[in-house]
Amino acid sequence: MTPLLSVQGMTKRYGAHIGCADVSFDLYPGEVMGIVGESGSGKSTLLNCMAGHLRPDAGQVVFDTRTDGPRDTVTMSEPERRMLGRTDWAFVHQHARDGLRMGVSAGGNVGERLMAVGERHYGDIRDKATDWLGRVEIDAARIDDRPTTFSGGMQQRLQIARNLVTGPRLVFMDEPTGGLDVSVQARLLDLLRGLVRDMGLSAIIVTHDLAVVRLLADRLMVMKNGRVVEAGLTDQVLDDPQHAYSQLLVSSVLQV
Amino acid sequence: MNAYNFAYLDEQTKRMIRRALLKGLAIPGYQVPFASREMPMPYGWGTGGVQVSAAVLTPEDTFKVIDQGADDTTNAVSIRTFFQRTAGVATTTVTHDATVIQTRHRIPEEALGEGQILVYQVPIPEPLRFLEPRESETRKMHSLEEYGLMHVKLYEDISRHGHIATSYAYPVKVEGRYVMDPSPIPKFDNPKLGDMAAIQLFGAGREQRIYALPPYTQVVSLDFEDHPFEATKADHPCGMCGAQDSYLDELIIDDAGGRMFVCSDTDYCEARQAAGHKGKDAA
Ligand SMILES: Nc1ncnc2c1ncn2[C@@H]1O[C@H](COP(=O)(O)OP(=O)(O)OP(=O)(O)O)[C@@H](O)[C@H]1O
Ligand SMILES: [Mg+2]
Ligand SMILES: [Zn+2]
Repeated sequence: MTPLLSVQGMTKRYGAHIGCADVSFDLYPGEVMGIVGESGSGKSTLLNCMAGHLRPDAGQVVFDTRTDGPRDTVTMSEPERRMLGRTDWAFVHQHARDGLRMGVSAGGNVGERLMAVGERHYGDIRDKATDWLGRVEIDAARIDDRPTTFSGGMQQRLQIARNLVTGPRLVFMDEPTGGLDVSVQARLLDLLRGLVRDMGLSAIIVTHDLAVVRLLADRLMVMKNGRVVEAGLTDQVLDDPQHAYSQLLVSSVLQV
Repeated sequence: MNAYNFAYLDEQTKRMIRRALLKGLAIPGYQVPFASREMPMPYGWGTGGVQVSAAVLTPEDTFKVIDQGADDTTNAVSIRTFFQRTAGVATTTVTHDATVIQTRHRIPEEALGEGQILVYQVPIPEPLRFLEPRESETRKMHSLEEYGLMHVKLYEDISRHGHIATSYAYPVKVEGRYVMDPSPIPKFDNPKLGDMAAIQLFGAGREQRIYALPPYTQVVSLDFEDHPFEATKADHPCGMCGAQDSYLDELIIDDAGGRMFVCSDTDYCEARQAAGHKGKDAA
């Protein structure tokens, strides 16, 4: 089987400082990859390089496109990459305000990607927005309200709806549950798990929270100082970590 | 007596503006940056339009200025006087006698012909500004033809008002390529933008942008399939000349709240009255 995403030698420096170094892995259709590691270990840098938000210094990000098969998204033209970014790819930010238009209604937020790919029937766009609000458990009566009037959990669910409405095949998420109350986190995780399963989504999830990867990720990469120190099936890594750093990470969480 | 160069601006500045105009005409709807000059009037008075007019006027031209359709507002009079003094050009209020017409907020009712130039004063040239304040991002959106955001604005209109409530500066797509702000003309005037025989030039002074529509350019107002664009106007005939097809201003005529609808294009209205047309409020 062709990997949906094949990352090779991903490297990003900030001056002399290493953001991430020589990261390689394959992601297969329907798989969810978790990336864990302490603060500053390079998780967001890696994710942003893969998603085309940061330009890596070295490495390839080969995506199996619908029309042309595997293509290196680092070297493809910017219009093509941005087109991927609003069709087959989605990006869920930690802070909903970074991923939403706060001055636009919930319906407009969900509809934006549809309009960006050429939908021009208001009624259809609104129906799809209504449907998606329902799928992320937001009352349809809130469709014309701005996200500024939403709770943190609702904003995050709205951001997810806005991203998934065009049926992407790959979702990048950076700490999607960060900054939310524990009970709100649990509900969001349930929702994400359901959506990933129902839509057969592939996803790459960056998180501090091992409970998140336990629930969502099939496989796991542990990062330290910009490098992957251990990778494997989630349960294996969490239950039987091999690398000293992974052991520390797992045990420190278990102690909490 | 004449302390200024012809039409106030020096020849080098005019050449620079003409280069921007030619580039604008070559790429219809594309916003060309230009080095806007200080003019002896405030920005709100249409310094972008004034600079464009200065760059295209020749001594043989006949110049007309309209503001909201009228030739006699303070703004129109002062710009007309400015070019009378600095360029010595003939001026007129008669649309078909003018070779260069500078305008704010309207397109004349009378169809313009080849050989005429319409110069628009533009306050905000960037149609995407409303939802995306970052200039670097809007420039990218234009270059990559990423215009979904424009429809988000119209979507918001419909969701809030039940219909597209934008009635001025209604966005258009030019030759299937660039999305353009037609300046704050009423959307009633939008259909006149397309396929016009005259040259249309747009100048934004404070924002330092010039754009243009060469004659007979395709201009389409953005809309949704189920909420098509409509060029609306007040549903009345003109009280003075009886015109059914012209854009109207609503006037309060007495203390008792009496109202009257009159053509906003004063030249059009006066010409019709002179030809014997009479509205119900005409004396
Ligand atoms: N724009 C930048 N300029 C310079 N250094 C940066 C920049 N962004 C990140 N870094 C550095 O690169 C390293 C990796 O940062 P990154 O944000 O990828 O870590 P992270 O694992 O996502 O951390 P966190 O869990 O706190 O979000 C850190 O040492 C960080 O200080
Ligand atoms: Mg991070
Ligand atoms: Zn009239």
